[in-house]
Amino acid sequence: MEFLAPADLGDAVAAKAAHPDAVPIMGGTDVMVELNFDRRRPELLLDLGRVPELREWDRDGDRIRLGAAVSYSRVIAELSGVLPGLAMASRTVGSPQIRNRGSIGGNLGAASPAGDAHPALLAAAAEVELTSVRGVRRVPIDDFFLGVKRHAGAPDELITAVWIGAATGPQQFSKVGTRNAMVIAVCSFGLALHPGSAQVRTGIGSAAPTPRRAAAAETFVNAALQDGNLWHSRDVLAESLLTEFARRVTAAAAPIDDVRGTADYRRRALGVLARRCLQWAWTDYRSGSVG
Amino acid sequence: MTGPAITEQVGTGTARGVGSSPARPDGVLKVTGQFAYGSDLWMDGMLWGVTLRSPHPHAVIGSIDISAALATPGVHAVLTHADVPGRNLVGLEHADQPVLAESVVRYQGEPVALVAADHPEIARRAAGRIVVDYQVLSPVSDPRTALDAAPLHPGGNLVRRVKIRKGDPAPVADVVVRGEYRVGMQDQAFLGPESGLAIPDGEGGVDLHVATQWLHVDQQQVCTALGLTPDRVRLTLAGVGGAFGGREDLSMHVHGCLLALHTGKPIKMVYSREESFFGHVHRHPAWLQYEYGADSSGALVYARGEICLDGGAYASSTGAVVANAATMGLGPYDIPNVHVDCYGVYTTNPPCGAMRGFGAVQAAFAYEAMMDKLADALQMDPVALRIRNAMSEGSRVPTGQLVDSAAPVAELIGRVRDLPQPPAPPTAGPVDLRQLPGGVGNTTHGEGVRRGVGYAVAYKNVAFSEGFDDHSTARVRLEVAGGTPIVTVHTAAAEVGQGLVTVQQQICRTELGVDTVLVHPADTTVGSAGSTSASRQTYVTGGAVQHVCALVRARVLELTAALPDLPGTPVGLRDGAVVDADGAALIDLAELLGDQAVERTDEWRHRRTYPIDPETGQGDAHVQYSFSAHRAVVDVDVELGLVKVIELACAQDVGRAMNPDAVLGQIQGGSTQGMGLALMEEIQVVDGKIVNPSFTDYLIPTILDTPPMPIQVLENPDPHAPFGLRGVGEAPTVSSGPAVLAAIRAACGHDLTRVPVRPQDIIG
Repeated sequence: MEFLAPADLGDAVAAKAAHPDAVPIMGGTDVMVELNFDRRRPELLLDLGRVPELREWDRDGDRIRLGAAVSYSRVIAELSGVLPGLAMASRTVGSPQIRNRGSIGGNLGAASPAGDAHPALLAAAAEVELTSVRGVRRVPIDDFFLGVKRHAGAPDELITAVWIGAATGPQQFSKVGTRNAMVIAVCSFGLALHPGSAQVRTGIGSAAPTPRRAAAAETFVNAALQDGNLWHSRDVLAESLLTEFARRVTAAAAPIDDVRGTADYRRRALGVLARRCLQWAWTDYRSGSVG
Repeated sequence: MTGPAITEQVGTGTARGVGSSPARPDGVLKVTGQFAYGSDLWMDGMLWGVTLRSPHPHAVIGSIDISAALATPGVHAVLTHADVPGRNLVGLEHADQPVLAESVVRYQGEPVALVAADHPEIARRAAGRIVVDYQVLSPVSDPRTALDAAPLHPGGNLVRRVKIRKGDPAPVADVVVRGEYRVGMQDQAFLGPESGLAIPDGEGGVDLHVATQWLHVDQQQVCTALGLTPDRVRLTLAGVGGAFGGREDLSMHVHGCLLALHTGKPIKMVYSREESFFGHVHRHPAWLQYEYGADSSGALVYARGEICLDGGAYASSTGAVVANAATMGLGPYDIPNVHVDCYGVYTTNPPCGAMRGFGAVQAAFAYEAMMDKLADALQMDPVALRIRNAMSEGSRVPTGQLVDSAAPVAELIGRVRDLPQPPAPPTAGPVDLRQLPGGVGNTTHGEGVRRGVGYAVAYKNVAFSEGFDDHSTARVRLEVAGGTPIVTVHTAAAEVGQGLVTVQQQICRTELGVDTVLVHPADTTVGSAGSTSASRQTYVTGGAVQHVCALVRARVLELTAALPDLPGTPVGLRDGAVVDADGAALIDLAELLGDQAVERTDEWRHRRTYPIDPETGQGDAHVQYSFSAHRAVVDVDVELGLVKVIELACAQDVGRAMNPDAVLGQIQGGSTQGMGLALMEEIQVVDGKIVNPSFTDYLIPTILDTPPMPIQVLENPDPHAPFGLRGVGEAPTVSSGPAVLAAIRAACGHDLTRVPVRPQDIIG
């Protein structure tokens, strides 16, 4: 196994072009586990840990450009005001050591259905920045996840950043695990209110082959909020609205039975999370709070 | 962790003696990461050994082709069963397990071949080139039907059946409750994986440094397998990173020695975390059917239990676990009429054996659930029902044995009941996710959360039972160095983290009045200390050290006979001097001993036990009981099935708190391990295969899952035991889990019958 350690982004992109099979490694919280368990023996590891450009984040107007190597710890410490959903998801990741090492870009690169950042990124309508020697492009998060641990990046592309709008309304993230910390999601749910566009967006984790939005639930709740003039009135949400929203989130999932939980439990739990997240976010919205 | 302080009882001989909590000799090294565990051993020129394991739970081996592996550059040896020079069968109670599989494999992970190479990666790759022709057979995976399956071993699939019969065989009661329970397979989940270093001596013998629980039983088995006498196979304890029963059986011992003798070079073997799940026995999964009857006043009339334990592929200690589950199977209650059947079987599941609590743990989930059911049926308070039926000194247990020392069952359960309740969950103010079910997962801000309180009381036998010659050996040497008296204590007892090294020092200080006590490394150059298990080492090796210290002290007092001008009559040792009855110093040890050393070695035994009758289970089988009670307070999200244990209070009688800090540590650790089984710890086995062999999916409690533990320690001395002590380590593991289950039942209202409880069980 060879180990490439480019010192800047240009070298990193060139290396990926020259070695499209190289496995990028950032914090190593996924890749090293696979290596240590002998599940994977790539010919080449491409270490992005020394690429300074990836470690930065900037604000460009209403949008945050989050370098792929920014750790969960830094998202929590530096960005919980503008990216509250992603910060909440980051708090549920592993242990302090894992949050220090693991990065949002690494989470996207692994593209696990259980990746903790993904529901929050779906709910926030993020875009994934992919860079190659051919240029830079942004892929909407909705189009990024293609299958179990497969994403839209081409073999010569690196995930270099995530673009996320600064929150304009409350966001929530919930994750069920069978212990109270340091656990892989049995199922998870992200939700963001976008009052400017009068939209609610969602993200479901660990309950389908890929992270996915609950499109029918969004359509339903967006129409109900619109029809009831609720964005303006900020009235309480009817029980029937919460119930139907939760039902539709449940219906959007396609979970399996596995070692962490049953499909039936995942569906039922997702319904509970959906109702609670919407209720919490709406309560915050009614009180005028953003985060 | 909070709790009332234990009264500090300073030893009679010197400060830092029995009853105090001096710092552990290995404590600083461990917390600073400098302690050398077995996996840290290193020798120049050593090779790495790896084990090829069967991927199938049940298969016939047609052939094994090692040629490609052997041809791999860097490989020094590839060995199979044909290379085992002695008897290719080992085992704790029955020698039924091949060192390396011959014609059949009986569990996934069974060792088939060994490789030694310059580098562990080369060894692993070479192992991957060994071609084993397996004819896969159907697994025998359900222990409840295993007795009807084709025999996996020559004697059939029953390892042991124990019957307990007492009183009326057809009793009648006013109120009858029944239940069926299932307890999953728990792993010891020690943090230091199996490891050791085998060093050939160049003369056909071998020195093995290994992390283990019982050096001498290892030595016997290694000798049998290698065909060597004990003087040729010398064992030294390597640093042990936790054990909990999982190191009673052999792991790399014979394998490392085989490779070392074959290559003539030192062999290091360290299991990976994943391999470790296949490299040691686990807690027996159990299926339990119970029926309890009481009169209308709440007095127990009878109890019936049938317990099936899955022993897995090899016997290990299944026989003793069966006896424990049977004899401890009904809880610390006075029950006039008893009918228990308990049996353990062979399957092709992972082998099961010793784990903290040893059969008593599984049964307690059933009998404490029965007591709650009975209380409910009688409309009685569950604690009042337990007190009404509590065993006490003078009771006779279901085996007919007299309880001949303190058995404060009623007091223990009453004490945890009477502790102040933790504060109710806040209904206003900012949410602290860490205090809520689901924790930092942010799954509730109070929605769906209900509080439940549950109680359990349990008991556990201490030391080895049923007539086993359970002894320990100590060597104690007193000498003067640089003008200071120094004691060296040498036993073969395995320090596995519990703190025996500290207790040995404390006993020497108390008995010999000397502050500087060195603990010699544990090895087989001194006689057996028995196993570090069954809560027995402080009792048995502690007893041996006390006994041999008394021999040394007697000799020192004899020496004073040559000094007729002493200002008083010498009766004891204190603070480095011979003292009279008033404690006045008569002569310093330094002056008395000069350059002569006093050394004594002897064995010590606890009082005899006896086998139980095969038809009735009657007999004085046990040495001593350890009692503990728990009150669990939980908050349960009844919509998501998630649990936050708010508080886990414990009361335990320890007879004598030899080292109060270590006692609290044992109670905290034992309580947490029992809680882990109740809530999350399970090796999931499907058709004989482990599906979660990693700490990603085998979950153990984190600090956020571990609640405050108010602890009350009682010290009712057992007159039969050294210092009056009782073994501490296991009882809290037995009672904590059932209390947590009871609390969750109280919160969610469901009759939870499966352990560990799963979220889907709680939401019903």
